[in-house]
Amino acid sequence: MSEAKILRVSIAAERCQGHNRCCLIAPELFEADDEGVARARGDGIVPAALAPKARLAVSNCPEHAVRLTAA
Amino acid sequence: METRKPVDDWALDFDHFDPQWTNNPYPIWDDLRQRCPVAISSRFEDGGYFPTRYDDVREIAYDAEHFSSRRVIVREQKIKTLISAPPITSDPPEHTAARKLLLPAFAPPAIARLEPGIRAICRALLDAIGTATTCDGAVDYAQHIPVRVIAHMLGVPEDDGDLFRRWIHMTLVEGVRNPPVAMQAMLEQSEYFKAQVERRRAAPGDDMVSFLLKARVDGQPLTENHILGTLRLILIAGIDTTWSGIGASLWHLATHADDRRRLVAEPALLPTAIEEFLRAYSPVTMAREVVKETTVGGCPFKTGGQVLLSFPAANRDPAKFADADKVLIDRAENPHAAFGLGRHRCLGSNLARLEMTVAVEEWLARFPDFNLTPGTTATWSEGTVRGPRTLPITLNLGLRKA
Repeated sequence: MSEAKILRVSIAAERCQGHNRCCLIAPELFEADDEGVARARGDGIVPAALAPKARLAVSNCPEHAVRLTAA
Repeated sequence: METRKPVDDWALDFDHFDPQWTNNPYPIWDDLRQRCPVAISSRFEDGGYFPTRYDDVREIAYDAEHFSSRRVIVREQKIKTLISAPPITSDPPEHTAARKLLLPAFAPPAIARLEPGIRAICRALLDAIGTATTCDGAVDYAQHIPVRVIAHMLGVPEDDGDLFRRWIHMTLVEGVRNPPVAMQAMLEQSEYFKAQVERRRAAPGDDMVSFLLKARVDGQPLTENHILGTLRLILIAGIDTTWSGIGASLWHLATHADDRRRLVAEPALLPTAIEEFLRAYSPVTMAREVVKETTVGGCPFKTGGQVLLSFPAANRDPAKFADADKVLIDRAENPHAAFGLGRHRCLGSNLARLEMTVAVEEWLARFPDFNLTPGTTATWSEGTVRGPRTLPITLNLGLRKA
């Protein structure tokens, strides 16, 4: 049985303009700071059940600031 | 009202005040995107440019070297003095500090605290409609919500709403064709806010005027010009934009019974639907001034030219959005640019989204069954902010909730 790939989300801070779409789509994975700049919660590891939401956060970011990579 | 010269060819003579554009701009944009993706027009001083492709709009929004924000409204005659309203009229490097100052007041944590107040405003307006069987969704509902929210935020009387709407019309509609009217609106607003500033200097409160008086950039207080410019910006940018977004959402639901019924049945879909209304009926078109000659999308942009930066047209580009011309309230992938792209992302986007969501949610809870009154049509605003200004609605009592 192949091992499930572990995914991690992160925000390219220099690209984030504070549209806040990732935080609305996946509040379990992202949060906004006091200036509205997004960041991954904790270590950014994506529980398997949240992988679809993580992908939506990537595809809905107007600034291409959300990253989803192998942990 | 003056009669405008009819448009001869939209590619060479575009006019965003033409009645055809006002009533239904989307076919015009779709046609241009295919045959001439950067339209031009000599109706606007030093030349107007109108890109309709998402990629071109994006490139311009990101390029402050060639495209300045110092003029954010395309005008037939440019106003000779640049009117500063930081940060929307600022370019880097000044933009960075002017914007950073305001970000915390409009970030999600601060905006979330406004939700109960917004809900109360919506419910009071719905109470006033009461048991009527008809109403106007724009006049009786949408237009009042952002006026009251912004008045609260600025700490000015919400009863001054008529004054605010008058200044907005003078700035964004009449003033585009008649510079003295735009100047007059600017002066009247500055006088109004000067009095508010004096009041807060004597007795500070928990409001934007007091906040700007306390603010420091590099240890220095803001100049009076900066404070007044920012207050004018928040007033103008925060009202008819959101009023248009709420109105367009209600218009869609009043004319698409299947979507209305689905949202009533599946309220969890509302946030997705609001993003789709933002994409498909984006209210706000911005502008840039060409400050250095360049080429975008294969088309030359000459120095001094005025660019109509249409995020609404970008959001209808089929190269970026599948079924771009269809309004799909369950569209899952929707990286729309209704709030702009790049460093000038709408400062108030979190507030606008919250107002739209709460306004539609409260409306549907009270009036789940409604439609555009048969035999009538909505009327739409002219120019660079698009939304219904009248929206005759029939409220069907059978399903009305107590």
